[in-house]
Amino acid sequence: MASVLVPEFERPGFSFENCQRNAFLQSKGFPVPKAVKTGTTIVGIIYKDGVILGADTRATEDVLISDKNCAKIHYLAPNMYCCGAGTAADTSKTTQLIASQLELHRLNTGRVVPVVTANRMLSQMLFRASLVLGGVDNTGPHLYCIYPHGSSDNVPYATMGSGSLAAMAVFESTWKPNMNEEEGKQLVRDAIASGIFNDLGSGSNVDVCVIRKGSVDYLRPFDQANVKG
Amino acid sequence: MAFVDRAYSGLSNNIHGGFEVPDWLSAEHSTGTSIMAVEYNGGVVIGADSRSTTGSYISNRFTDKLTQITEHIYCCRSGSSADTQAIANIVRYHLDFHSIELGEPPLVEAAANIFRELCYNYRDSLMAGIIVAGWDKRRGGQVYCVPLGGMCVRQPLAIGGSGSTYVYGYVDAHFKKDMSKKECLEFVTNTLALAMSRDGSSGGVVRLADLTEKGIERFTVLGDQLPRFYEG
Repeated sequence: MASVLVPEFERPGFSFENCQRNAFLQSKGFPVPKAVKTGTTIVGIIYKDGVILGADTRATEDVLISDKNCAKIHYLAPNMYCCGAGTAADTSKTTQLIASQLELHRLNTGRVVPVVTANRMLSQMLFRASLVLGGVDNTGPHLYCIYPHGSSDNVPYATMGSGSLAAMAVFESTWKPNMNEEEGKQLVRDAIASGIFNDLGSGSNVDVCVIRKGSVDYLRPFDQANVKG
Repeated sequence: MAFVDRAYSGLSNNIHGGFEVPDWLSAEHSTGTSIMAVEYNGGVVIGADSRSTTGSYISNRFTDKLTQITEHIYCCRSGSSADTQAIANIVRYHLDFHSIELGEPPLVEAAANIFRELCYNYRDSLMAGIIVAGWDKRRGGQVYCVPLGGMCVRQPLAIGGSGSTYVYGYVDAHFKKDMSKKECLEFVTNTLALAMSRDGSSGGVVRLADLTEKGIERFTVLGDQLPRFYEG
């Protein structure tokens, strides 16, 4: 494969092919749908032994609450979970697709899949979803936030969704490196609660997922912050 | 919905669910930025701020915009985070392949040209301003500027990003040829500090790196250690 860079289609990676079509559609009056983070608070932190992910459980259809107890922390691999903000169908389908690709990868290579692999796959499969990806692999715990347009950041603590500003305020004041598990779970719970009580798009319970080397605790619900909604 | 004056409410024309949503919920993640690179005899010094914004929200206040392409070639990214990350990944792949074909570390000029091919051919779809800097055996330390339209030109000094507009005067006044490594580091730190203090889309810490034959040496100048100038 020589380095012929100018349009060589069928390459792996992001394809800009549809840009011309999109521009044409836009000129005919069909604008590109904007990536909107609909009501959610999702967070993740790195603590001493691994990663803790948290999410609220409200699913909204515009202003109506369609599901008071939906699960936003999705399984990707035995050592990796992913919280999704955005259209529920988009986040769950994207994570299911990547979960199956990761399983194939694990079978092909015969090793524990590194978290960077999931990060690369998720940021290249763009589907208007904002994700907080956390996991533990052979190099330690990792946490990534993946934005709808395809960029990702490697961070020690992350918040996404409409309640992210409220949750980030809690993290910025209380997060410190090398927390123990109880402190970490409490911090995540406080951040999600802050999103639940201060953001209209987030509500109901707090789900927490603790990922350590070799074991995962999926605590659903961890705390019933707001029983009737 | 309580807001005093519509003009200051910070909401864009984003109607979702019958009410307006703030811009940071749907805006694209971009690296507002101040980035800089300077050549000296024996290597290059590169620097960047650490702020990434989504609309008016700072989505990452400790971003690393100095991205490795090879052991001796780095790029400073400004513009859309998604575009620049994707481009850097593609260039890294091509250069890796190229160096296997060549059997030796690739030239900085090669990296700059691959960046330029992508940025120029897809110029209408991308928003990426990149400074490519590195060291190679043939020409030593080099800096190449690849801004929005896809130009590629070698310069002894390059600045980029939204914050760079505020420091062109400072840079023109204070750049001298044949600076030492220490002088370059100080020059870059001062320039970025000035840019960060005037540009809303730049801030956080200053990330510096010195690229020489031996590889990379990284430095971080934290917020409270930044040089301070006239602050009114």
